[in-house]
Amino acid sequence: MNNNLKVFTNGILKENPTLVLVLGTCPTIAVTTMVSNGIGMGIAATLVLICSNIVISMLHKIIPDSVRIPCFIVVIAGFVTIVQFLVQAFAPALYDALGVFLPLIVVNCIILGRAEMFASKNGVLASALDGLGMGIGFTLALLVMSTVREILGSGTWMGFRILPESMQPIALFAQAPGGFLVFGLMIALVALITKKKPARVGEGCCACPFAADCARAAEGGKA
Amino acid sequence: MLKEYFALVFGAILVNNIVLARFMGICPFLGVSKKMDSAVGMSLAVTFVLVMATAVTWPFYTFILKPHGLEYLQTISFILIIAALVQLVEIVLKKYVPSLHKALGVYLPLITTNCAVLGITLSNISDKYNFVQSLLSALGTGLGFLLAMVLFAGVRSRIESNPDIPEALQGMPITLISASILAMGFMGFSGLVTGLFGV
Repeated sequence: MNNNLKVFTNGILKENPTLVLVLGTCPTIAVTTMVSNGIGMGIAATLVLICSNIVISMLHKIIPDSVRIPCFIVVIAGFVTIVQFLVQAFAPALYDALGVFLPLIVVNCIILGRAEMFASKNGVLASALDGLGMGIGFTLALLVMSTVREILGSGTWMGFRILPESMQPIALFAQAPGGFLVFGLMIALVALITKKKPARVGEGCCACPFAADCARAAEGGKA
Repeated sequence: MLKEYFALVFGAILVNNIVLARFMGICPFLGVSKKMDSAVGMSLAVTFVLVMATAVTWPFYTFILKPHGLEYLQTISFILIIAALVQLVEIVLKKYVPSLHKALGVYLPLITTNCAVLGITLSNISDKYNFVQSLLSALGTGLGFLLAMVLFAGVRSRIESNPDIPEALQGMPITLISASILAMGFMGFSGLVTGLFGV
């Protein structure tokens, strides 16, 4: 029981997928212009993460090792399609706001990374808890980032006005450069608080199933 | 007509740059930009696969999925097509063009899960581009990725060798902050295509 609790909290703080492991950068920067989009993306990815972790932990003995990555991707893509349907039916505004980043959950390396690193090595319950913990960690990181960006960039939070009308919001924060800037500063802040060195580029991707290939490519195939 | 095509390619390179304005393909943008030659190799591999993937997914959607009302299978079928295509490209290059395989082979395994490839093939469909427009948008996107990678590899080589960066900012944070400044530069291109081509 204690062990399961540890698995669950691991993803929220110690190994927060976004701010500590620096995975899933694309959706993190793209959707955090508004708090509602950030939370929506977080919940959608969490749902996919839990379901795919459960299914992959049940199937990992059947899936041959050499084709495991394509198999994982098919499982994940199936759940993403289901989530796409759900969002389109119950939150059409969110569906339009997330746009192409909703189907792109398929290639979010948090999900594939957890399938490879955790679900394919652990039991069903632990994998489900890991998925939930990582999903909550991802959602919280998106929530914090989108809070900063929406308040500074649009002067609102969840659509409610926070800064007075007379104050001109810094539109840059709602645009592309603001996404990179806030993300970089958040990682630095977390590193400062936890007194750990921030992830080096490349090393930070150690939870990514392609980290080895990526490092090899970065060295031009020599390493 | 020709003017529109030019506008599409230039827009994809400068205004809607895949990394700096559309936030796709950030993993390779950060991970493979340490050295100039690997940045160029990765970008060329991405461009190649992007155009090939578009050439397969667009007809597949238009002639197979759409007439049968199977549009909802788009995500799952596109990712499978891309995965199979990357494997196929690798096998074909290895057998018939070993020199190209030597240059690009190391980057190919990273491309299946590169969100730029899936993202562009999906948005070509949702933007209702025709076949030629889709191919051009894929080509422009690939070239835009190349431009961003080459520029950033130059910036990175300066950052990596700078010892004065505060400890908490070293590594990922300073890389993201410099990407932010690069993105700010690219914002200056907005309106360029309208101004140049008037479309």
